[in-house]
Amino acid sequence: MAVVLDGTVPAAVIEVERLRKAYGSTVAVDDVSFSVGAGEIFGVLGPNGAGKTTTVECVIGLRASDRGSIRVMGLDPIRDREKLHQLVGVQLQASALPGKLRVGEILDLYRSFYRDAADVGELVGSLGLSDKLGDYYRSLSGGQRQRLSVMLALIGNPRVAVLDEMTTGLDPQARRETWELIEAISDRGVTILLVTHFMEEAERLCDRAALIDHGRIVALDTPAGLIAQARGGKQVTFTPSAPFDDGLLLALPEVRTVAHDGSVVVVTGTGELVNAVILALYDRGVVARDVALDSSTLEEALLTLTERAADQSGVPA
Amino acid sequence: MPPAAFGKIVLNEARLAWRAPRVLFLSLGLPTLLLIVFGELPAFQRHKATLGGLTEFNEYVPILIAMVMVLLGLLSLPSALVSYREQGILRRLSTTPAPPSDVLAAQIVVNLALALVSMAIIVIAGIAAFGETAPKDAGGFVLAIVLSLAAIFSIGLLIAALVRTSGAAQAISTIFFFPLLFFGGLWVPRAQMSAGLRDISGYTPMGAAVQAVQYSIQGTFPPATALLTLAGYTVVLGFLATRYFKWE
Repeated sequence: MAVVLDGTVPAAVIEVERLRKAYGSTVAVDDVSFSVGAGEIFGVLGPNGAGKTTTVECVIGLRASDRGSIRVMGLDPIRDREKLHQLVGVQLQASALPGKLRVGEILDLYRSFYRDAADVGELVGSLGLSDKLGDYYRSLSGGQRQRLSVMLALIGNPRVAVLDEMTTGLDPQARRETWELIEAISDRGVTILLVTHFMEEAERLCDRAALIDHGRIVALDTPAGLIAQARGGKQVTFTPSAPFDDGLLLALPEVRTVAHDGSVVVVTGTGELVNAVILALYDRGVVARDVALDSSTLEEALLTLTERAADQSGVPA
Repeated sequence: MPPAAFGKIVLNEARLAWRAPRVLFLSLGLPTLLLIVFGELPAFQRHKATLGGLTEFNEYVPILIAMVMVLLGLLSLPSALVSYREQGILRRLSTTPAPPSDVLAAQIVVNLALALVSMAIIVIAGIAAFGETAPKDAGGFVLAIVLSLAAIFSIGLLIAALVRTSGAAQAISTIFFFPLLFFGGLWVPRAQMSAGLRDISGYTPMGAAVQAVQYSIQGTFPPATALLTLAGYTVVLGFLATRYFKWE
């Protein structure tokens, strides 16, 4: 159950409305609105300098916004920061810990801040730092420090976890372990706000994601939805068992375009595209072989969406 | 936040101080070393009329006491706080239930504790090994110590509040260190300064501290000017430090 002050039950755990933050004459975040539901993993994507970190810093109350309203579990991140600190775990980029404290001591210290702390052994085990407990922080590699940061964000058993580039500097194995941990946490109902520029991570973890560029939300959808938006729909490729007339497919309401790439047919459209195409061909005695759906990546989609938004607003991407 | 948390913060700051040999040497080792040196020098044991019948050693004990305060309050404390801020440690803490001010408080506690231990060593060793008198005005002695610590630590806090980088903190602390010690009488004991210079030194934090401590050791309640000077520095600098302290 969400924690609330005024007695109503909000639908969303994080609600950001018309957020604006400027540093002097530079507008870092301009009219950003989104909401994150309970148990959702919500991604914040975008190029460097887009305003992702500033947005997230406002959500956790590290910065005061100039305009707009933010509610986390019904609470104001600045006025109710004490209550929220117990419920929100944060992992920020680029912040160090004292070099001459041991990993175990740091975990023990941070654990003591929270009334309802997590099991340290379990956390440490799942992120592979069990044999590092006695080591000084300054002897840890970049990847190990990063994993410790993620652990510190989760050690208070938070209801909401905010993670900013959490797998930076991790090798593929450690990255995968971190993803598994986040998925496990999410399964337990924790709401997660994830800033990442790493597309594989967004595709794997995020239920929905907002693409931010130049301080504005360019697109907000599931990863598949973002890809579809970029392409203006879905894409199916297949190899037909016999030639057919393109008009057969173009006549279908689901189909937008039909193209040929050697012996492979590329069809774009929306709705139940795969079914419609296969059935239409089958009716004519043509079998669609090696059917593949949506082979493009989130990265390409985001680039397309960003460029498209820039074109529309006349701003260089 | 659970009450035990602040205790843990202090414990970890103590661990960090313990694991920094430089801090330990400066705060405990150096003053004790100087005490032994001054205590063994034959020239320092002669009673001098110019010093009002006291020995050089007698003159230097309060100076060493004040020096401990300066080493911990002016060098160690700001350096730690500034480097924590610089490295983003305070910023990370501000996303947790533990307020960064707890770390500041813990640093003050640890440095105060080190100062008290070091001063106790000086006083006790001075009395036991080198025949220094036990403070005759005990109440005045305690008051002098408390106000001196407050004044000198306030300088350290102001430095920590305003300075951005640990390099600059080192530089500024060093720049203040020598004039402060000079006016406290480290090179020329106050009793041997010209009257004008002695008056000026009485308005500096260390000069006032040394005067107050010395009077109380020799049996007189510390002069009001010294105590008011120390209180004044504490209030003004402390207020400025609180007002201008940057957590990031």
